Amino acid sequence: MSTTVGFVFTRPGFLSLLQDGGRRGVMHMGLATGGAMDRHAWAWANRLLGNSWGTPALEITFGGIEFQSELDTQIAITGAEVQCTVNGQPRPLWTTLAVHAGDTVTLSAPRTGIRSYLAVRGGFRVPPGLGGSCATFTREGTGGLHRDGRPLQAGDRLPCPPSLEPVPVRKVPQPWQPDYRAPLELAVIPCAQVERFPADTLARFFASEYTLTPQTDRMGARLKGPALDVLGKTLISEGTSLGAIQVPADGQPIVLLNDRQTIGGYPKLGAVTPRSLDALAQRPPGTAIRFRATTLHEAQLEERQFLRFFAEQV
Amino acid sequence: MLWRYQVTGVDTVTLYFGDRIDIALVSRIQQAAEALRRRLHGRILDLVPSYTTLLIRYDLRLDDLASLTRDIADTLAELPQSGPGSHRSEVIEIPVFYHPSVGPDLAAVAKRAGLSPDQVIERHRAQEYNVFAIGFAPGFAYLGEVPAALATPRLATPRAKVPAGTLGIADTQTAIYPIDSPGGWNLIGRTPLRLFDPERAQPSLLTAGQRVRFRAIGQEEYLALGGRLDDMPWVSGERKGEQP
Repeated sequence: MSTTVGFVFTRPGFLSLLQDGGRRGVMHMGLATGGAMDRHAWAWANRLLGNSWGTPALEITFGGIEFQSELDTQIAITGAEVQCTVNGQPRPLWTTLAVHAGDTVTLSAPRTGIRSYLAVRGGFRVPPGLGGSCATFTREGTGGLHRDGRPLQAGDRLPCPPSLEPVPVRKVPQPWQPDYRAPLELAVIPCAQVERFPADTLARFFASEYTLTPQTDRMGARLKGPALDVLGKTLISEGTSLGAIQVPADGQPIVLLNDRQTIGGYPKLGAVTPRSLDALAQRPPGTAIRFRATTLHEAQLEERQFLRFFAEQV
Repeated sequence: MLWRYQVTGVDTVTLYFGDRIDIALVSRIQQAAEALRRRLHGRILDLVPSYTTLLIRYDLRLDDLASLTRDIADTLAELPQSGPGSHRSEVIEIPVFYHPSVGPDLAAVAKRAGLSPDQVIERHRAQEYNVFAIGFAPGFAYLGEVPAALATPRLATPRAKVPAGTLGIADTQTAIYPIDSPGGWNLIGRTPLRLFDPERAQPSLLTAGQRVRFRAIGQEEYLALGGRLDDMPWVSGERKGEQP
């Protein structure tokens, strides 16, 4: 008999990763920061259950999971529009759901969006690793349930805290549930090596449509569209920022994401704001993307507002 | 210490200390990073030194750019104006089994340099290297500079898998792959040491600013120190187009 109880996965899905708020203080060792790709959906899943910011949840890419609960608890599923069932009965997303020992929960493939977040009351009981985080890094072979970067496997048990006082049923108001099919315009802070990009190149960048390619992963969003000219193709490698838009020699921009390399030597024309990255994280390859310029001031106001709402709750 | 800063993201600012790669600069940046880590403890999410820069990731809930850069300026103003000061670090010795079985590009590097493989090994191990930067992968240390004759461009087609511990050369730099990863460096040997171990108190063996020396070892010592010979894709008959 097992001493811990949790959710036992009979179908782990295509790519299911434990994610939290990501690491801090370890980039100088070459370790990526990681964390939930769509923080909006991830943070809502936790908030619905009264979990604090940073609580680990399961990030499920392309749905297709099934698990059995070994305890009575509450869960919340947010993000991609999937069909959720408990013991075969359809259940809503973006709300608190009761599950009981012996219940079977399934998520279908998504109709819109690509990433679902599964949170449990009290958070999955996985001890934090490097940088104070249990985020999973498949490329590094670090973090996650087994501390070796492996995505969730069939037969894995995600340990859950038993016997917690239930929270009242809550629901994310409809207007706050994003439409992941809406046209996507990413806000960009022009910065870093932006002066290396000629004015007509920048004008082209902000006036054109780019396409998200299938080579996109948690390290970077690779885009295809009008090539961008850079004066001086490389620079001395320097630390990388979340959302940085780097332009390699072929002129096709790459937006650096959560699992990006910690240093890089391509010129960058700016950085996509974190709230725009949340929206980007729900778009499949082939999605059309446009960019608009914003200011550091505006971007920080927006981000502080987001953090205040989710990270400073009592 | 002269510096300027540039906004590089919503919560990052990058400090620029120079525009040329120079180990004395790497050392001073390391010193600056340590001073900032002490002074801004708890306020800063990450400090990422590289060849000529220091990226600072800060917490938007606690800081804004104006107050942060003021405190950075105050901290850096207190540092000695020149020289690495007392920062000179010890030399880390890394045992390496230089051999074609673990370094499939040893012959090609030798041929390009007009040297024998033994001469390549001799020159590579004879000098001291500096850690210029950590990046690309956990604990991946960019070491420089190799003797001019050994400088070799990256492979046209990177290998899909280079086993952890493998030593390579790319242009004037040399490095050991800390974890199994794809890679385009010219492979000349392998160390039994673990450059990166997440369970260690200091997961990364090397940090920027340190000095490194390689010690050539034979197969027997390599195996005795825990080295492996059973996980190399190029031994199992798998040959890629880029192989010599």
